[in-house]
Amino acid sequence: MTMDELCTGLCKLMVESGADAGLAQFMSLLVGVLLVSGVPLLTVIILIWVERKVAARIQDRIGPNRVGPIGLMQTFADLLKLLGKEDITPTSADRALYNAAPLVSFASVVLIWVVVPFTPFHFGVDLEIGALYFVAVASLGTLAIMTAGWASNNKYALLGAFRVVALLVSYEVPLVFALLVPVMLAGSMSMLDIVNAQSGMWFVVLSPLAFAIFYISSQAETGRAPFDLIEAESELVAGFNIEYSGMKFGMFFAAEFLHVFTNGILMALLFFGGWMGPLYYESPLIAFAWLGLKGTIIYLTTLWLRNTVPRLRIDQIMAFNWKFLVPLSIANLILLSAALKIMQELGIAPRDMLSASFVDVLPTTIVMLLINLVMVAYLLGILRKRGQEARRESGANQGALAQAASGAGD
Amino acid sequence: MELNAVTIGFFVFTILTLGGGIGVVTTRNLFQGTIWLMVSLFGVAGYFVLLSAPFLAAVQVLVYIGAIAILITFAVMLTRSVTRIKERYIRTIPSFVASLALFLVLLFGITVPIFGDYPSEMAPTVVMTTRDLGVALVEGNGYVVPFLLASVLLTAAMIGAIFIARDEES
Repeated sequence: MTMDELCTGLCKLMVESGADAGLAQFMSLLVGVLLVSGVPLLTVIILIWVERKVAARIQDRIGPNRVGPIGLMQTFADLLKLLGKEDITPTSADRALYNAAPLVSFASVVLIWVVVPFTPFHFGVDLEIGALYFVAVASLGTLAIMTAGWASNNKYALLGAFRVVALLVSYEVPLVFALLVPVMLAGSMSMLDIVNAQSGMWFVVLSPLAFAIFYISSQAETGRAPFDLIEAESELVAGFNIEYSGMKFGMFFAAEFLHVFTNGILMALLFFGGWMGPLYYESPLIAFAWLGLKGTIIYLTTLWLRNTVPRLRIDQIMAFNWKFLVPLSIANLILLSAALKIMQELGIAPRDMLSASFVDVLPTTIVMLLINLVMVAYLLGILRKRGQEARRESGANQGALAQAASGAGD
Repeated sequence: MELNAVTIGFFVFTILTLGGGIGVVTTRNLFQGTIWLMVSLFGVAGYFVLLSAPFLAAVQVLVYIGAIAILITFAVMLTRSVTRIKERYIRTIPSFVASLALFLVLLFGITVPIFGDYPSEMAPTVVMTTRDLGVALVEGNGYVVPFLLASVLLTAAMIGAIFIARDEES
């Protein structure tokens, strides 16, 4: 790459107005970095308000409504409170690791935004391995939780960390298998290519099952209900972050809230065509608005789910993952890749999704959707049978219990 | 040596890799030891980035830090007295011989290609992409057989682990 290719936009402007070329390049890079990291940092302040408001509405409350119009300033008040709090470090804690854990936790989420393309022309960096980078960086969050739980030197924190790490490590498996479906369809791991490959058809239509698996796994990865073992208040006091106070606790908190929204945006990119929508090519702002809209809708459904369902037990969560989601995600991937390859050999599927139009993708879409629907129907059949068996068993048990009780009464 | 981004990156990653390694062998605390190990592995991931192998860098972080190091912390937490290890490894002569042998092998392996008669082999001119790597793994005249063998081996190991770990009755 030459200097001219690297130095465009703001950098070019600065060079033309007489600045040093190296300095101009550095400054424009710095502005880019600040923007990419600034968007998530600012978003999280609004997200906390949204989350509290939505949770309150679902629980038939009003939510924050005192500070500022409709409580919009509440998060700033909370932020000031967190900053003013006494910063407590337990005497027997491992000081360095204890302080590093919140930073790693927050960084693991913010770093994902590096590969998020906001519009066709505005993105941090278009990594050749974008999707893999996302998985690798997100796995650092697990490390942060483990470190926090151990460094606090508190048995509740450690217990919480153990449960959570088992959960996070397990649910990474179906997450990655589901992620492989869009990667396979696009023939690239670059986020930009994955979005562009959906110009013919959104990948959620090709494989709704992959989207469902990704959705469930990411709900588990963020530790939201029904997988909220991370902070099962009634069982663990607070889980791995029990000893943290002030802004260090705030960073875990912010990391979690931001992670949920980041997953919404990622799902919009991977399955819902990212910035694709009417008139997106007219202006980057419209493209950005489409991405934001899709991401927000998915984000709101996760909040809805979180506030509706009860918590599962750890053994139920593990059984659901290893005996249901993992085999399902593997079967989905194998069937879809075989179908894609066969159709490509027959010449009905496009070899390059990036330049395929709606008509080109239509046969592929129909076949893949049918495969997914057959799988879902088969699964529902199995689940129905199991449910009937479980009900029969518990009915028999209850009958026996009732008999014993009436026998004791006589 | 010219001081540019690559050189600075190389120094930073070298400090991370070697510093992490020194941390692993000097700390008295097993958990801190695993954290140092992760620091060291992260430095190695940085080397892959410098060598234009982003795929290997991401896999290094994902597999070694995200999975293996986490498993090591699990194992560490199941051991007794994680923080205060009193025993020291005192067999100095075997360790000395082993490290000397390793040092000589590395010295030989590094200096000969640089100063020897065949330096051209060391610098491949074509930068390989992730796509090339993927194609090489599934191509008939590429590495398809080693790739399949490794997959079969890993699957066999996993089935073996499950077989050993499960209960006798069920």
